[in-house]
Amino acid sequence: MKQPASEAQQGGPEAAPEPPVLSASTAKSAEEKGGWRSLGLRLDVRNLSLLGVLAALIVVGGITKPEQFLDTNNLQLVLTQASVIGVVTVGMTFVITSGGIDLSVGAIVALSSVWATTLATQQYGFAGILFTAVVVGLGCGLVNGLLIAYGGMVPFIATLAMLASARGLALQITEGKTQIVTVNSVLDLGIPDSYVLGVPPLVLVFAAVTVIGWLVLNRTTFGRRTVAVGGNAEAARLAGIDVRRQRLYLYLLSGLCCGIAAFLLIILAGSGQNTNGNLYELDAIAAAIIGGTLLSGGRGTIVGSVLGVLVFTTITNIFALNNLQSDVQQIAKGAIIVAAVLVQRRTMRNGEA
Amino acid sequence: MAPAPPETLLLTMSGIIKTFPGVRALDGVDLEVQAGEVHCLLGQNGAGKSTLIKVLAGAHQPDGGVITWRGEAVTLKSPIAAMRLGIATIYQELDLVEGLSVAENIFLGHEPTSAGFVIKGREARAAATALLKRLGHPEIQAHTPVGELSAAQQQIVSMARALSHDVRLIVMDEPSAALDPDEVDNLFRVVSTLTADGVAVIYISHRLEEIRRIGDRVTVIKDGRTVAVALPAKETPTREVVALMTGRNVEYVFPERPAAPPSADAEPVLRVEGLTRTGEFEPVDLELRPGEIVGLAGLVGSGRSEILETIYGARKPTAGRVLVGGAPLRPGSVPSAVRAGLGLAPEERKAQALLMLESVTRNVSVSSLPRFARIGWLDRSAERTAARKATRELSLRPDNPEARIRTLSGGNQQKAVLARWLLRGCRVLLLDEPTRGVDVGARAELYAVIRRLADEGLAVLLVSSEVPEVLGLADRVLVLREGRVVHRAPAQELDEHRVLDLVMEGSPTP
Repeated sequence: MKQPASEAQQGGPEAAPEPPVLSASTAKSAEEKGGWRSLGLRLDVRNLSLLGVLAALIVVGGITKPEQFLDTNNLQLVLTQASVIGVVTVGMTFVITSGGIDLSVGAIVALSSVWATTLATQQYGFAGILFTAVVVGLGCGLVNGLLIAYGGMVPFIATLAMLASARGLALQITEGKTQIVTVNSVLDLGIPDSYVLGVPPLVLVFAAVTVIGWLVLNRTTFGRRTVAVGGNAEAARLAGIDVRRQRLYLYLLSGLCCGIAAFLLIILAGSGQNTNGNLYELDAIAAAIIGGTLLSGGRGTIVGSVLGVLVFTTITNIFALNNLQSDVQQIAKGAIIVAAVLVQRRTMRNGEA
Repeated sequence: MAPAPPETLLLTMSGIIKTFPGVRALDGVDLEVQAGEVHCLLGQNGAGKSTLIKVLAGAHQPDGGVITWRGEAVTLKSPIAAMRLGIATIYQELDLVEGLSVAENIFLGHEPTSAGFVIKGREARAAATALLKRLGHPEIQAHTPVGELSAAQQQIVSMARALSHDVRLIVMDEPSAALDPDEVDNLFRVVSTLTADGVAVIYISHRLEEIRRIGDRVTVIKDGRTVAVALPAKETPTREVVALMTGRNVEYVFPERPAAPPSADAEPVLRVEGLTRTGEFEPVDLELRPGEIVGLAGLVGSGRSEILETIYGARKPTAGRVLVGGAPLRPGSVPSAVRAGLGLAPEERKAQALLMLESVTRNVSVSSLPRFARIGWLDRSAERTAARKATRELSLRPDNPEARIRTLSGGNQQKAVLARWLLRGCRVLLLDEPTRGVDVGARAELYAVIRRLADEGLAVLLVSSEVPEVLGLADRVLVLREGRVVHRAPAQELDEHRVLDLVMEGSPTP
């Protein structure tokens, strides 16, 4: 039985001259596959079906309200609205991919937006507002992360507690009043003069966060560890990954995204309000799930999440243009979530059985 | 051993086959149970006991084989179908609803009702009380919430639930595992009551002395096959039973040991000093030199896996320390152990080692990610090339780095775990049951791989419940019994009988 061992050993160094030809060609084909993927063009069935839904929605919008829907201003509006929830969804995608959940995102957006727009903060101008929004988001994420990673709390409960407390704190800061922003350098980012080649700055931020998020999830050790922790936390731990530290970072990341989203919302609304970000947690989770991120963890897709956000925002827009009430919108959203998950289940079964 | 008279033959399972992706869990199991007997099912972890009882409970559908119930061939399509026939299973993790009362649990799903939906609580409680009395436990009150009962009492409630159906066969999966000795006595009284009524019991346990006490006949399974049918429980010598459980049904040729073993004064790469975990194992000292394979032999519960996991930092020691290359590891820290050069191939491969949704490459590279990264940015082609080099060195099949790990056979999955540590460049490999769930044919290849890694300078600490595996592969052997090292010797000075005596008795026979 020494035989296979020595054979295998020979197969390494001694037989070297021949195999490299073989391995070079196979490596190349693998590289080509990798090339497709690295361009992000490997759109699987899930993303394709979501793209199909989005295309269908655009057709519906174009038919029912041709002038208004396809108007540049309207398309800019749709993308701008998608930006705020989109940034939150990118963070949420990471958390869900790791097998966690963050219910506090909406409340963190609210708290960041009001803390960053107090009279005291506004004194420091643009930098003060941006800095405060980001730091408050990170701070909330830090608390979530510490409670979950080192305090052993279930993510659902820890972030539910954060949801309640952050909303309460936001109300305490504003006393229920709308805090108008008077810093012009911030407000200027919301007006058409600031658009870059017709693209609002908010949308540029969303695009940047998406690209960075995609790169981090798919091309870095951080992303790989996130997937490993979500796929099998015990295996990740025994493979030497510091699972707790990774979890802490993930909730920090989600908090950071909330801070950025809060800043975008301040630009968009020109104010900070304690009711901001209401139900963002549900929209972000829904977008991630219909995008194809597994709620149980271990698989996540930023492209899918962004498509999910665009689908929901487009629906909202079309319904608003057609003067349909929000109740109908809600029902349509629910139906889309159910349909998307059913399609996913089917493709999962076919593709992996 | 003579065929039972047809009127008492209750259940026959023959040639049962069950395959899961990557592993054949049952490979032709035979079992024959008579009415009114306690039939013991014995086997190591992973032998296929759990799969077999799930087939019997209707939870798994077999891929082959015939089940005959009271003379008729049957298919058990669902747990309900099995229940209707009169087969009840009491799992290790009791499936009771803690918030409901004893009576509600017993009649869950088939409550006595009037008009089809109004539960007759009083009737249910009376019936429950009668059942508990029949089991010899009138002290359990029918209205008590199950959550307030002890583990032993909950087990009785589970049995009462089984009896509330017209049950003829109760399968008990390690019922004594969570019980104190006097609770076990009590359990045995209940089992006797049941069998006196003609109910058959399939009793699963690792504890051989229990089987001797209450068993009538014993079936031993190993590697998904029945290796002994219906041995008389009282008369068969313990050693014979253990040999059946731990022995080989195929003779393996083990790789040769190196001509010159590592010299005793070579610097040990791993040193374990007085490592202890209260309640699991007593202080352990051991040294491991590069190029050497040390085996830990012991039965389930001897503390073998616990010792391995504590060395690795996955469990925090009560006392003692672990040194790698002379430097102590941070106690209870896996990252510290991995950084120092330790690698673990855990016992439960799927649950503890593999990322089942991922490719071979990603499973192999997961412990070495920083090596392929600059400030966190992965060089994926370097990653793929290096992972492939490691898997090729171990002849992992298929030779496709993108293959999903879940589609691989057990042996190749294990090779992926070894490749992970090979890639990481570890110095000490901790192997917990490395051939568990590995097809019999693929084991020899795995043995050759392990020996070759040792020859290349790795130190290997091997845990196995298969005595021939430890003796055939290891250079030195530590024998464990009940969390204590009872003997250490070079493998060549030991034989299977000697080790069996040691793991059972703790003292060598002259």
